[in-house]
Amino acid sequence: MTHAQQDTGGSDLSNDFVTFWIAEQLFGIHVLKVQDILAQSKTTRVPLAPPEIAGSLNLRGRIVTSVDVRCRLGLPPDTSEGGGTSIVVEQHHDLYSLLVDSVGEVLTLAADAFEPNPPTLSPAIRQYATGIYRLEKELLVVLDVDRLLDYGRSAAA
Amino acid sequence: MDDLLAEFLTESNEGLQVLDNELVKLEQNPNDPELLSNIFRLMHTIKGTCGFLGLPRLEGVAHAGENVLGRLRDGEITVSPEIVSLILECLDRIREILAALEATESEPEGDDADLISRLNAAAEGNAGGAAAPVAEEAASQPEEGAAGEEVAVEVVAEAEAEEVETQVAPEEASAEVASEAAPENEPAGEPTPEVAKTAPSSPPVSAAATAEAKATKESAVANQSIRVNVDLLEDLMTMVSELVLTRNQLLQILRTQKESEFGGPLQRLNHVVSELQEGVMKTRMQPIGNAWAKLPRLVRDLSHELGKKIELEMRGADTELDRQVLDLIKDPLTHMVRNSADHGLERTEDRVSTGKSETGTIVLEAYHEGGQIIIKISDDGRGINVDRVKEKAITNGLASDADMEMLSDQQIMQFIFKPGFSTAETVTAVSGRGVGMDVVRTNIEKIGGTIELTSTPGEGSCFTIKIPLTLAIVSALIVACAGERFAIPQLSVVELVRASGASEHSIERIQDTPVLRLRDRLLPLVHLRDLLHLENDFTELSEEQEDVRRDDFIVVTQVANYSFGIIVDRVFDTEEIVVKPVAPILREISLFSGNTILGDGSVVMILDPNGIASVTGEINVTDKTEEGDQQEVAHAEDRVAMLLFRAEGSTPKAVPLSLVARLEEVDLDKVEASGDQRVVQYRGQLMPLFTMEGSEQPASDSGRRPVLVFSEQGRNLGLMVNEIVDIIETPLNVELSGESEGFVGSAIINDAATEVIDVGYYVNLAFDDWFGCGRHTTAEAGNGRSVLLVDDSAFFRNLLSPLLNVAGYEVTTVESALEALQLCEDGKDFDVIISDIEMPGMTGYDLAEALKTKRWAETPIVALSAHASPGDIARGREVGFADYVAKFDRDALLSSLDETIAEMRGAA
Repeated sequence: MTHAQQDTGGSDLSNDFVTFWIAEQLFGIHVLKVQDILAQSKTTRVPLAPPEIAGSLNLRGRIVTSVDVRCRLGLPPDTSEGGGTSIVVEQHHDLYSLLVDSVGEVLTLAADAFEPNPPTLSPAIRQYATGIYRLEKELLVVLDVDRLLDYGRSAAA
Repeated sequence: MDDLLAEFLTESNEGLQVLDNELVKLEQNPNDPELLSNIFRLMHTIKGTCGFLGLPRLEGVAHAGENVLGRLRDGEITVSPEIVSLILECLDRIREILAALEATESEPEGDDADLISRLNAAAEGNAGGAAAPVAEEAASQPEEGAAGEEVAVEVVAEAEAEEVETQVAPEEASAEVASEAAPENEPAGEPTPEVAKTAPSSPPVSAAATAEAKATKESAVANQSIRVNVDLLEDLMTMVSELVLTRNQLLQILRTQKESEFGGPLQRLNHVVSELQEGVMKTRMQPIGNAWAKLPRLVRDLSHELGKKIELEMRGADTELDRQVLDLIKDPLTHMVRNSADHGLERTEDRVSTGKSETGTIVLEAYHEGGQIIIKISDDGRGINVDRVKEKAITNGLASDADMEMLSDQQIMQFIFKPGFSTAETVTAVSGRGVGMDVVRTNIEKIGGTIELTSTPGEGSCFTIKIPLTLAIVSALIVACAGERFAIPQLSVVELVRASGASEHSIERIQDTPVLRLRDRLLPLVHLRDLLHLENDFTELSEEQEDVRRDDFIVVTQVANYSFGIIVDRVFDTEEIVVKPVAPILREISLFSGNTILGDGSVVMILDPNGIASVTGEINVTDKTEEGDQQEVAHAEDRVAMLLFRAEGSTPKAVPLSLVARLEEVDLDKVEASGDQRVVQYRGQLMPLFTMEGSEQPASDSGRRPVLVFSEQGRNLGLMVNEIVDIIETPLNVELSGESEGFVGSAIINDAATEVIDVGYYVNLAFDDWFGCGRHTTAEAGNGRSVLLVDDSAFFRNLLSPLLNVAGYEVTTVESALEALQLCEDGKDFDVIISDIEMPGMTGYDLAEALKTKRWAETPIVALSAHASPGDIARGREVGFADYVAKFDRDALLSSLDETIAEMRGAA
């Protein structure tokens, strides 16, 4: 079991991404990071929390902090009625659920389709994106979960 | 078998197991300091434990082994295979003794002198030379024994060889052989297993040792209790929670269906699940007393060993702790108690010579506080010698001289938590190897706790360990506000009050601040919805809706000495909750101490009363003026909370809020007459009622009037007023002496001339015995002289302060003699000191005595006392009081001040 992030070999999961949509944009996070995908679930809102914290929820006895990725990326709040889907990730033994508009699929992507962030990308997104994959129809922004959840960093920034 | 012994065996066997592995690793990486320190700690623990169980033989061997390891750790000798073998041999000896201990419950007879001397030799650096004697001695030992022994040895050796081969040989096999052989062996003074081990396998000692380890590790006692990985319990708990959730859903469904065949089985499932949940919870919780069980014995033995008289006091032993936490703090606690006994407490003679009681006391205390478990270990010993810590830290290379200059004493003390630090001058068998506090801190931090140290030289040290309730179960009150539920730890909840327009309790407002009259006091209130900004974030309630919503629940909460009420919408019941820490992102929010999953599966935030108290601290006006202001040396110019009210006449009136015990409303119909005095029945007493001077009778005889209640020494008096206006904080600067009786003078409050009433006047009217004579006409005697008023009673401080102020003195008040001394230290100067005699702690006499040797030796002291007997006066003169005034005689006080200062002037 290697977590070879750089390895481009086909059989391991290092180039597999879970894709999701937020505000018509396709994003991806590493499949190995993902623990679970949840449909809308009962969330307890946390007063006084930063706006991107959507609340806490109970996932099989563990408390999961729900992060509104849309808000985190500085995008306008969702006005649709959909409610969204959550992708559960684990970081430093804490569970977080990333609230997104909808979850796409798991894609295996070729390394040669990867490009670094264009410098013109909005800083809010660039801060959390590691790069872009050129897909046939659209572009996929790869988000770094650690950076997305590194709260101290962004608070300091 | 003794519980202690059984546990010791289990623990030691585990420790030995780890040690074996670690030593082998060490042989491969001889330069890994972490590994070495870990090995050293393990050995230290084993040694420490056998020490207090009264196992001298075991202790001797372990001590010698530890010595070698200590040398290795300090780099004085280097790791070599010979040394490792030697240590392994030492471990085996320990193991054998343990095995015998397990069988017979007492230490086997035997002589470890050879092993110890070889270990000591190794510690001295003669490891190479020691290898040969190992083989020789081991080989020669059987020969020393009786002739029959040879046979026994062979039998045992065979049996053991088999065991090693099969790996599953039953314990009894070796035990039986051993006991058979034992009688024959006795002349040799060496138990059989030991001989068996050393004899056949001398050349590669470590190989034999490993084989032996495998054979004996499966101790029978270790098998009696099962040690379960806490992760497993955690998983179990998670699954049970899920089960509960599912059950709740099922029950929900069942409720919607009138008749269902699932009813019966579901009820049963319900019960089983509840019990299961309880059971799993219980597996994790244990009273902290379990971790303390060994300590009394430890202290007893230490006390003998060190020749000190030590008493161990344990409080709060039933405080429940998560088992995992308990396990982790057990060793640190043992270390710390041992340290307190060894380093903290002085020798009996030293104690006696410094005027302390012969017996030193170590107090162990545990309690829950604001979402944490606090464990305090304090001793009344010599305290931490900062200079010695400093010196030691420099010699041990932990910090440079220059670094030390930058650090405060408090910071320097923290060096005792560094690895390789010990202030004990000599290494004793008990402690002093610099391993304890290092381990303590590591272990406590491992569970997210903190350890603090406070120490006063000569008076003792106190370690405070705070462990977050991460894993502990607390009972919590579930409340709701703006549609969200929250948990409040039951421990800080004093009571619940339902406030509605109809009930006897209703929320009143002073300006915008809500307060509640609760029995004999005003309780400051906070709205949970305001506190958490619930309105804005979540439910949009319009203004009218808020006004309509009259039914509030008030959770009366107490933090330390500060009580306040939290207004919530609904109160559910109490629930046992497992506190879970919040995600790091949310840790900044001080109002929450954690979150939890309720029985129905939903997540709720746990409110932290400490956080709420500190956030709402500023609303706490009344408490502050009563205590805070006075403590902080209230100058007369300082801001004072004043109660503004209207009575007869257009001029607003004011009185220091701290003098007002309560605000009440009195029905005029209820007012009765007792002689000339109007009275009202109040709390089972007759309370005299007054109106402001100048108004004969209230205009009407019916209706309700607000009454200010003053209270002192259990007696109340009421002052009827027309209207209570406001409470404001203002600098109190009484400018004009009131022209009419009952007023201290006038002051500018809220930009309007306001008459400050003289409570003393009314008190005087009510209880003649309070004041010896009538009203004093103020004189401009003070001329800005400064006066220090020392009195523990807030009432008298508040009473005298304006009075003296009016008389032209600049008044500083403190509430205890100690604070007065502090002012002296701080370099303040006063023309005269007025001091109460009866004060808690240091009396006025003590103060006068203390000041004789200080800078204030020349400052005259006027004593105030409630009873001035000739004896008192004589004593007062003796200690140097300039004058002695009865407490209630204000005329006498003022004239006495006048005279005293005049004398001073004359003298100067």
